Amino acid sequence: MSAVAAVVGAGDFARGVHPNDQKTFAADAAIEVLPLPAQVSLALSQHTGAPCEAAVKLRQKVAFGETVGNAKGYVSAAVHSPVAGTVSRITVATLPNGRHVSVIQIKPEGEHLTGQALFDEILGGEWPTAGLEGYTPERIVKAVQDAGLVGLGGAAFPTHVKLARNEKKPIDTLLLNGCECEPYLTADYRLMLDAPGPIVSGALLAARACGAARIGIVIEDNKPAAVEKLRAAVQGTPIEVKVVRTKYPMGGEKSLIPAALGRAVPTGGLPLDVGVVVMNVGTAAALARAVLRGKPLTHRIVSVTGAGIATPKNLLVPVGASYKDLIDCCGGLRPEAARVIAGGPMMGFALAQLDVPVTKGTSGITVLTEADVRRADETACVRCGRCVDVCPLNLVPTKMALASRHRDWDLARRYHLAACCECGCCAYVCPAAIPLVQLMRMGKAQMPKK
Amino acid sequence: MSEPAVVPAPAAAKEPEKAPAPAIHIAPSPHLSGGSLTTQRMMIDVLVALAPAALMAVYNFQWYAVRQIGLCVLACVAFEALFAAMRGRKATLGDGSAAVTGVILAFSLPWSAPWYVAAIGSGVAIGLGKAAFGGLGQNIFNPAMVGRAFVMISFAGALGAGAYVAGDSALQVVTQATPLTAAKKAAGDLPDLWVLFIGTRNGSLGEVSVLACLLGGIYLCLRRTASWEIPAGMLASVAVIGGIANALSGPEPALPILKYTALQHLCSGAVVFGAFFIATDPVSSPLTPRGKALFGVGIGALAMVCRLFSNYPEGVMFAVLVMNALTPLINRWTIPVPLGGLPPAPVAKKA
Repeated sequence: MSAVAAVVGAGDFARGVHPNDQKTFAADAAIEVLPLPAQVSLALSQHTGAPCEAAVKLRQKVAFGETVGNAKGYVSAAVHSPVAGTVSRITVATLPNGRHVSVIQIKPEGEHLTGQALFDEILGGEWPTAGLEGYTPERIVKAVQDAGLVGLGGAAFPTHVKLARNEKKPIDTLLLNGCECEPYLTADYRLMLDAPGPIVSGALLAARACGAARIGIVIEDNKPAAVEKLRAAVQGTPIEVKVVRTKYPMGGEKSLIPAALGRAVPTGGLPLDVGVVVMNVGTAAALARAVLRGKPLTHRIVSVTGAGIATPKNLLVPVGASYKDLIDCCGGLRPEAARVIAGGPMMGFALAQLDVPVTKGTSGITVLTEADVRRADETACVRCGRCVDVCPLNLVPTKMALASRHRDWDLARRYHLAACCECGCCAYVCPAAIPLVQLMRMGKAQMPKK
Repeated sequence: MSEPAVVPAPAAAKEPEKAPAPAIHIAPSPHLSGGSLTTQRMMIDVLVALAPAALMAVYNFQWYAVRQIGLCVLACVAFEALFAAMRGRKATLGDGSAAVTGVILAFSLPWSAPWYVAAIGSGVAIGLGKAAFGGLGQNIFNPAMVGRAFVMISFAGALGAGAYVAGDSALQVVTQATPLTAAKKAAGDLPDLWVLFIGTRNGSLGEVSVLACLLGGIYLCLRRTASWEIPAGMLASVAVIGGIANALSGPEPALPILKYTALQHLCSGAVVFGAFFIATDPVSSPLTPRGKALFGVGIGALAMVCRLFSNYPEGVMFAVLVMNALTPLINRWTIPVPLGGLPPAPVAKKA
């Protein structure tokens, strides 16, 4: 390990909130493999960017890992089949975020790896941390692009775009995001505990690709076991494990970079503007598999957790499995379940029906009970300013929400509505139960572009 | 006969296999909330924080304090219900804001104020101060101060400096003029700092005890129901301006008020009460920390201008009302710079 700490941030960012982390539901459940589902539904748009074009026809046989959707354009990512089988239907589905997308349904046929064998295939085996010189940046980026790799933290931004070198904006630091600041979720935590190998290999390869000299794995201080595991795993590599304070939204890029490096991402800018690439730990593991083994992104880890689920688990699932398959594998919903959320409770989307497909960006399914969720009538804003006191981006949410509600775009611009990251700290603390995030989302969508 | 018996049977047989699906509902994120914090809880906090000052008022003014507080609270709540009904709205008495307005109005009146002053003050506070603007959260001015300003100007005789004094009363504190009134007269004595701090002196009901106001005020700030920036700014500016006035006034100033040290300025009149309970009304104060500090400094400065240069012995009420009027401007001046700096200026469109 390097003698001087290169990842120099103070480990904290200004403002933010401290929700109860609720990790105990699934933190101790080792990664389990979902039994082969009866059908997978592969959305052709499960990433940020242009939707894919279907590469298969109805009733066509597809092999494990075969491309079923071709990337269309540069900011796009191919989709691959996680099973061998036959295309049974090409239809349209609604994703949890409300987008209507084309989906390709495949019925698995023949022999499939299951259980431990599948786990070993995806995350097991040896993951080298030395002798990676043969992998040139171009080769790594090509492999990542071919594998259809996107950010697994939730936004699902195509990874090859992030890693591609930019002459004007050189990258000096790669940060691996192991914060998992959303309450309840434990998928990244279990990955760090159960398979640190591919994370470390992936970090070294990603740093080679983007040209970063420094690599930091950033973990919140409520996950000491993961810190210990990764500290052991990075022995002999230049990677540094950086422990930061447990606080929401630490895992957001705009909070993580100040906390880990003491740099602020410019408003309206990207991490690469300050020489940083941020990548989720799960993405790094998938990147290692793509580059070292030439395998596409077909599976991911999903936390199924919360007081409303019978047996909370962390599942290794094929992309395209139905949420219902995952919930059934965890013993189903308890009678007191009141809200099923795609993702975590701070930023996730509530589901109206459970038969929706897992996408590459699905990090968890959180099932809350009536006692957990807030059900209060909105009352008048008394301008107490608590939303201002917690906004990690130093904005004035109440004014932005007011401007959105009344479509006063001058006021919205004056208060920098477009800068909002929708983390939900403001609505979390609002004594008047005003749906601030919903109003601001609406405003951001409706505000005319200048 | 057999058919009706058979038809429901499969359904009944299926029931045990399939547990009833829980009713799930949807809502926008975030799906959690920060505990039990509600507007009502904030108002209860204020009432709790006002309790020490209320005890001190009852100790000093006895039955008069009980009567005044009771009258104002009842009148405010009644007017809240009345105006809500007139506006065709559901009365939101449960949030406690009308009760808070009532207590603060009562605390800002002299013990001797007649019943109709309390009633009219409450009516104006709730009606003109709040309902006319659209109810809770919409008012520009602090409602209690609107009510007080109205009755103070309308009933100058019943609420002037003379109203505080009753030379033959059985109550010890009211046989003397209020310290600030005394300080405006050529022959006034300097008040004892300890008496000011503990509060065994004449004045408006709630303001007399600095100690009681501090106890409640610090509780409010710790609960974040009141923002500490406002009292900090206000107390600092009163102390600085009072100290400068004292230093510049020379050994034999014309008025005893100029002999007041910074501490005596802080501990007299409604400064501490106003700083923690009146100026901190969230609705009529700015949103950002910087704006709040500026607002507090402004109130302190204006109150000192009234004390030093006007005919009124005290000026917290007018200072609060003037700064309330400036709050929208302060909000505009103190829009925080987002983390990461201001967004790049939009590129000018070509015609």
